[in-house]
Amino acid sequence: MATRQTQGLARLMRAPAIILLFIWMIVPLCMTLYYSFLNYNLLNPGMTSWAGWFNYQYFYSDPAFFEAIGNTLILVLGVLFITVVLGIAIAMLIDKPIFGQGIVRILVISPFFVMPPVAALIWKNMIMHPSYGVLADVARFLGVQPVDWFAQYPLFSIILIVAWQWLPFATLILLTSLQSLDTEQMEAAEMDGAPAYSRFLYLVLPHMARAITVVILIQTIFLLGIYAEILVTTNGGPGTASTNLTFLIYRAARLNFDIGGAAAGGIIAVILANIVAVFLMRAVGRNLD
Amino acid sequence: MARAVSRNTKIGWTIAAWAVALLIFFPILYTIITSLKSEQEAIAGFDLIPSFTLESYQTVQSQNNYWRPFTNSVILAVGSTLLALIVAIPAAWAMAFSPTKRTKDILMWMLSTKMMPAVAVLVPIYLIFLRTGLMDTRIGLTVLLMMINLPIVVWMLYTYFREIPGEILEAARMDGATLRDEILYVLTPMAIPGIASTLLLNIILAWNEAFWTIQLTTTNAAPLSAFIASFSSPQGLFWAKLSAASVMAIAPILVLGWFSQKQLVRGLTFGAVK
Repeated sequence: MATRQTQGLARLMRAPAIILLFIWMIVPLCMTLYYSFLNYNLLNPGMTSWAGWFNYQYFYSDPAFFEAIGNTLILVLGVLFITVVLGIAIAMLIDKPIFGQGIVRILVISPFFVMPPVAALIWKNMIMHPSYGVLADVARFLGVQPVDWFAQYPLFSIILIVAWQWLPFATLILLTSLQSLDTEQMEAAEMDGAPAYSRFLYLVLPHMARAITVVILIQTIFLLGIYAEILVTTNGGPGTASTNLTFLIYRAARLNFDIGGAAAGGIIAVILANIVAVFLMRAVGRNLD
Repeated sequence: MARAVSRNTKIGWTIAAWAVALLIFFPILYTIITSLKSEQEAIAGFDLIPSFTLESYQTVQSQNNYWRPFTNSVILAVGSTLLALIVAIPAAWAMAFSPTKRTKDILMWMLSTKMMPAVAVLVPIYLIFLRTGLMDTRIGLTVLLMMINLPIVVWMLYTYFREIPGEILEAARMDGATLRDEILYVLTPMAIPGIASTLLLNIILAWNEAFWTIQLTTTNAAPLSAFIASFSSPQGLFWAKLSAASVMAIAPILVLGWFSQKQLVRGLTFGAVK
């Protein structure tokens, strides 16, 4: 069917999407790169000058930068750990023969559809508020002092909220993978007397390996950009205790009006994201053919 | 599982699964319950039975001008998705039905644009919006959200279109169908389910977008995600009112989401898990 005419038509059909995405990718990125070498503050736009590597050096020598990198890593790894471990457990539980499986699935998947600011505000006020939250009610019921979550454990509290949002995603993908597991193989292993843990270790886990990889990589992409959850709960604080790289750059750009500094931070974020992206592209690309 | 399971085992697993499911759903459930309480009840301690008053819903609608952000959300989510479909359908179609050697590379490159962290282009996008008067306009944000979701739309459509068997086209051609007939009567009916799934998932993604909507709007074009984020400031924060606003912000998309479980896996894993 590949006549010259249809090939020409196909090129015409592809062009708009490719051109738009190309502009979208290249223009802002080049601008960010350019700004990252400028002394440019929106409060003082007349004083713009060439900065060389100053913005990068400034970012690099700022203790908040390393704290933000550290917080970003803790946030991503913490959420990944919780969602993958619990995701496997819950997926296996839902996969069991149970009554009302459809409704259970709907209940488990729901947090994923709650927009980030709503999820964060629900947890901040309904669940974790030190005087009116459910956890405070539970603490009082047990006779212990309620915890002021966002003041005492800011980063952990945010990890908890984000993990709640992403647990459904992990569970759903792992469940999809689990359902394609060959049941005959499982039954054969069972009849041969393989105990449950070795069936899990040698049959279930290897089968899910690919799905787990995909969950980890895709979640990492989104988790590097966590923003709204921090904005509405701790606002990056106390101090910079819960500021991740995204939030640090947001602060530089929007609250300090430091265009050059924020752009330099943006370039660093691109480099970080690219390291992850390389791995994801490999995992996805293998499945294309 | 094909083999018989004893009734007691099944009941045991059922109780465990329901307990976990209800625990995960609890924050949403409790928000719905709180939204049906009065403000005094809402802070009076743990109670699962509200007085079923709609007071908070009325207050949110009358005092906070709820309908403007709601309308903005609908326009932004539906508008950006439709725009993306207009650009993506021809592209995905061409790549699925007349692939070239470079099609795979193009798809991978499109995926790679999705990896760019939003914050990396915050500075230029913010300045462009500021200087061109696009700040706080629906049109600016609609186009931006379209660009953000375009790679996912192309990818999803591509994976669906690729499953349409090529033999059907040949058979139609043998029967004397013209190109127009082919597209209208053979391909379109087979492509509709894939397009519908893509539409659904991307409306959800655009509705819940909360980085750009907060950065680039103040009042006029602010959708629900930005509207709700403004509730984080302590003044005027009331539990029941906040709950009602939250329920209204998530209810439509929650229901849509329940229908799109399968598409979610496919769309967000770029076809890597089916």
